[in-house]
Formats: sequence, structure tokens, C-alpha cells
Amino acid sequence: MADVSLRKVVKRYDEVEAVRGIDLDIADHEFVVLVGPSGCGKSTTLRMIAGLEDISDGDIMIGGDVVNDVPPKDRDIAMVFQNYALYPHMTVAENMSFGLRLKHYPKAEIKSRVTEAARMLDITDLIDRKPKQLSGGQRQRVAMGRAIVRNPKVFLFDEPLSNLDAKLRVQMRIEIKKVHQKVCTTTVYVTHDQVEAMTLADRVVVMNHGRIEQIGTPNELYHKPATRFVASFIGSPAMNFVPCRLEDVGGKLNVRLTDRLSFPLPPARAARYQGLSRTDKLLLGLRPEHVMEARPHAEPGIEPFDAVLDVTEPMGMETLVYFTLEGSQLCGRVNPNAGAQDGSPLRLAVDLNNMHLLNEVTGAVL
Amino acid sequence: MSTVTIDKSGPTRKVKYGSMSRDRTWALRWSYFFLTLFAIFSLVPPLYMLITSLKGSAEISAATNPWWVYHPTLENYIQLLTSNQFLRFFWNSAWVSIIVVTITMLISVPAAFALARMKFWGSATLATGVFLTYLIPDSLLFIPLFKMFAVIGDWTGVQLINRWYVLLFIYPTLTVPFCTWIMIGYFASIPKELDEAAIIDGASWFQTLTRIFIPVALPGLIAATIFAFTVSWAQFLYPLVFTTSTDQLVLPVGIITTLIKGDVFNWGQIMTGALLGAAPPLIIYAFLMDYYIAGLTAGATKG
Repeated sequence: MADVSLRKVVKRYDEVEAVRGIDLDIADHEFVVLVGPSGCGKSTTLRMIAGLEDISDGDIMIGGDVVNDVPPKDRDIAMVFQNYALYPHMTVAENMSFGLRLKHYPKAEIKSRVTEAARMLDITDLIDRKPKQLSGGQRQRVAMGRAIVRNPKVFLFDEPLSNLDAKLRVQMRIEIKKVHQKVCTTTVYVTHDQVEAMTLADRVVVMNHGRIEQIGTPNELYHKPATRFVASFIGSPAMNFVPCRLEDVGGKLNVRLTDRLSFPLPPARAARYQGLSRTDKLLLGLRPEHVMEARPHAEPGIEPFDAVLDVTEPMGMETLVYFTLEGSQLCGRVNPNAGAQDGSPLRLAVDLNNMHLLNEVTGAVL
Repeated sequence: MSTVTIDKSGPTRKVKYGSMSRDRTWALRWSYFFLTLFAIFSLVPPLYMLITSLKGSAEISAATNPWWVYHPTLENYIQLLTSNQFLRFFWNSAWVSIIVVTITMLISVPAAFALARMKFWGSATLATGVFLTYLIPDSLLFIPLFKMFAVIGDWTGVQLINRWYVLLFIYPTLTVPFCTWIMIGYFASIPKELDEAAIIDGASWFQTLTRIFIPVALPGLIAATIFAFTVSWAQFLYPLVFTTSTDQLVLPVGIITTLIKGDVFNWGQIMTGALLGAAPPLIIYAFLMDYYIAGLTAGATKG
């Protein structure tokens, strides 16, 4: 078990900078997820921690020791790959024990560790099978087993669930969480799936263009995003953004979306945004759950308006409604009994108590 | 109001059903036609050899039907298999082939692994270079090689020409490049994560090669082995040039030089010798055919 630190880590491929000087501290026992779109540098960062890629600049520390020039085998890490990377000519038990056998562990110890890991992952019956006789989910369990038996300082997961179908992915996600709860090993997990990131992580690191956009707990990222990128990347369906500006109407601060549509801000928000310039180009950010059907009676901060729905998506427990507001496509979540239908008008409301205001140029959340 | 009659009938052409299976039938007929043709072309010479090997010299020289044995005899086989000379050729061939295959594998497998996986400066150029050396025909090389061994003999006093083991130095120039090329393709088709997993598990490059790559690429390894064996067993030009004494000859050259005396061709024994000489590769093919085919297809799709 150990903490992992990255200090101004850079990775350059010829002219291209894949990772642009990131700083990250991962505490002992912590489960940290690196998330971001393809090409954001998350896998490269993980591979640098593993030692599979050299770092161009900066320092990587595992358990307080700088490991920049330490080969992967001496870093005491274990890695689970997207395509499992099981040795096809070995049985499950041989796959799991390969690392221990290379280090000449006593046979009895190897056996007990493999048995224990197999029991933990519920693959005891498969121990003598070859990888080709296993399903995708079983293979991924074996790959995890191979990591667990080594009892390493750090677990590294590189998009381990991407090759599985949706149902199995949910199941394995829970499985990974359970394993972490049992073994408590420091874990760095890479994924492009924000749901995976949110559900698994103690802390999520959102990366974009080789930089860290924001680090925080899943709830922090969801409710207090720092940038437009984080706000739009975390959450499904994504946050709505509508161009807007602030104006003073009768001594009250309003947010004006269109010529016809302007909402007074609730007192807390008004106080927060009072100092902003009235001429700045801004974006109103609203999560779909904060665009809902209008209530029969007025509530503070809930402002009704009329919309014509383009498309509705009944999800069972709720219906997603899509409509256009002055050129911006918006998504809302309404009660399935609210009478939402494709192409029909519906009275909706925005919850400004949970609004975000962003600078349209810099993308910063204000 | 005038009424308009509309012709509701469709196009007059008859709809063809089962055209797919008809196309398939024709494709099959053509393939069988060419396969039969191919089989005749490739099987007639060995059949002719077999028939002739079962004839006595009198029957061969008599103008009877060449496709029929009137007085079958094993005389040719008995003579060859009891002749020390022929057995000597056989052993020479066997030793040369076995040692060459071993040398080839010991060089080309690590070389291919290095070229396919350990990315170093110039590795891609080197890999292409390996293949290009294979393209140089042996008929171009034998004179310079002969000269080289002659010079080595003059300088060091170690005489290699006219010794069967000189072939151990020469054959690998043919087998190593090609086997390396096959193995590069094979190793390149193994997912990168597999060696990364091995490295993280604590394996050295050598352990990754011996414990992961060689077992996984076994079909390719067998294909390369068969190739190296066939090349060494059937090579004619180099042994003809480099060996002359009867006790140093390998099978293909031995048969030609000892069984053709001036303008007298001992056809019965020549055919028998050729058949017996073809037996070892044939047996190896028969046992390892599945692996060989797997090896060929892997080479075809990769690299």
C-alpha cells in the first residue's frame, strides 16, 4: 500500500505534448479515477505511473520514492488492461500465479494466494480453464485476480470494462468496488465513461488536452464544476448551456436569455453574481433535472416558461424532453404523467436555485 | 368521362430463383476442374518415380508401357538401403538439416522478437533489410561465398570447402532471413498488452520471449522450422559447389553424382533415391500440416 504523487509530469511525443505538466496526489487506500475524452492523456498518465512509458519531465513518486527510472517490475504495481491481456497458453491459475512464480515464491504460498483471490472473485470453478474457454466477464475477473495475488502497492486499471456489454459492465463495476473495499489497495483507474468514474471513485480527476481540468469527489464535480468542460462532461444527459446576460430590472438582478425571456434571480444567486459586468457574454448552465414541468403554485427560484417540444424520450420513471430555445437545444426531465408529447407545447420551469453561470469566452464557472 | 385502363402487370421477365446456388455450383465446378488439373500435374511425377523405382533395369530399358510395372521388384530399394554410400548421403543430409534448423531458430527467433517488440533506432529498416537479403538468389551468392571460404582457408589454414559442415555456415544465409521474417509477422500479431502484462508481472525480456512469446507463437515457430528443414534438405546448388568428395555429399547431390556415370543413367536407383529422399519432409509435413497451415495464414494477414 502506498500513496502516489505526480509532480509537473510531462509526456512529449516528438512535437506533441500528450501530458502537459500535471500535479496529482493520490492518498494511500484511495480510489482515484482519471476520466476524459479520447486523447486527453489519461491512459498515457496511467502508463507513466506503471512505467510502460518514460516521462519527459517531472517526477512520479510511489510510496514517497521517485520511480522515474525504476523499471515496471520493481515499482510493485499491478495493472488490468482493457483487453484483459491474459496469457492464452496458461490456465487461469497459471495466469494468476505467473508473477509470483517469476519471483520464486514458495509453492504453498502461491497456491493459497491464488485460491484466496479466486474465492474473492468467484472464479474457483474456472481455475483449470484456459482463457479462450471463458466469457468476457470471467476473463476480466481473472485479470483482476492476477493483480490481486501480487498484493501490490498500487492497482492500475486501464479502461477494464470497455470491452464488456452494458449489463456486465454494471455488474463488474460493483465487483471492482467490492474488491477495493476488501483489499483497500491504492487504485488508479482510467475510463472515458463518466458514469463509471462517478460510481467508483473516491475522487475523480477530469482531464482534457493533457491537463487536469478539475479534481474532486463525484458530488463536487457534479454540483460545483469548475469549467464548462467539466460541467458538460460529467452528468448524463449533459448540462444545458444557454447564452445569456445579466440585467437590472427594478432593482433586482435578472438573467436575460432571449428578448422575450428573462428570469429574476433568487436572492442567494443575485448576491453571488451582483458584482459581474452586465455586458459580459455569459452562459446559463442548467442540469436536465433542473428543467422540469411547471408547478401549479409559485416557488422561489422556480421560473415557468412555455416551450414546444421537439422530441420526447420516455424512460419509465421520467421522460426526457428536448426543445429549442433561441437556437440552443435543451434537455429537461419531466414527470411521465406531465403529458409531454413530440411536437406539442408544454409549460416547463427552470430551477434557478441550482443554476450555474459561466463565462462564455473562458468557459470558467463564475 | 373516359376510362383509362391501367396495366397493373409487372415486368414480363421471369424472376429467377436460386441464382445464388447456381452461381455457387459453377464456382465449384471451375474450382474442381482446376484442382483436378493441379492434382494431375503435381502427382504424375511422383507416381512415375514410384513406378520406375519398382522396375528392374532390363524392364526400364525395354520399350514397354512406361506406366505399368510388369515385373515388380524391390531390388532398387534393397540396393540403395544396403549401400553405405547412400546411407552416408542420408546421414549427411540429416545432420546438416537438423543442425541448420537449430542454428536458424536460435538466431531468427530472438532476432524477430527484438525487431518486432524492442523498438530501437533503425529496427524497422533492419526488418525490411532482413527480408531483402532473402530476395537475393543463391545463384548470385555461391561464387562470392566460395571465394570467401577459400580466403578463410588460406588465412587461417582451416579448410572448410569440401567438408559437409561448410553447409552449416551457408544454409543459414537462406533460412535465417526468411524465418526471421515469418516470426516478425507472428510476434507482431501478438497484442502489445501481453508483453506489457508480462513486464509488469516482473518478467525480463528474455523471460517474456521464452515464457510468453514462444508458446503463443508456436504455430509460427513450427511453420518456420518446417521451412528451414525443407530448404536445407532440398538445397542443391550450394552442396554441388562446395562439396565434391563422395563421403561429404548430401542426398540430392549424392544421387546425381554417384548414380549417373558418364552418359549412363541408373534410372531405377535415381528414382528410388529421390523417393526415399522425399520421405522425411513428407512425414514431417503430414504430422505438422495443421500447424503449417495456421502459420501460413498468420503470415498472410500480418506484416
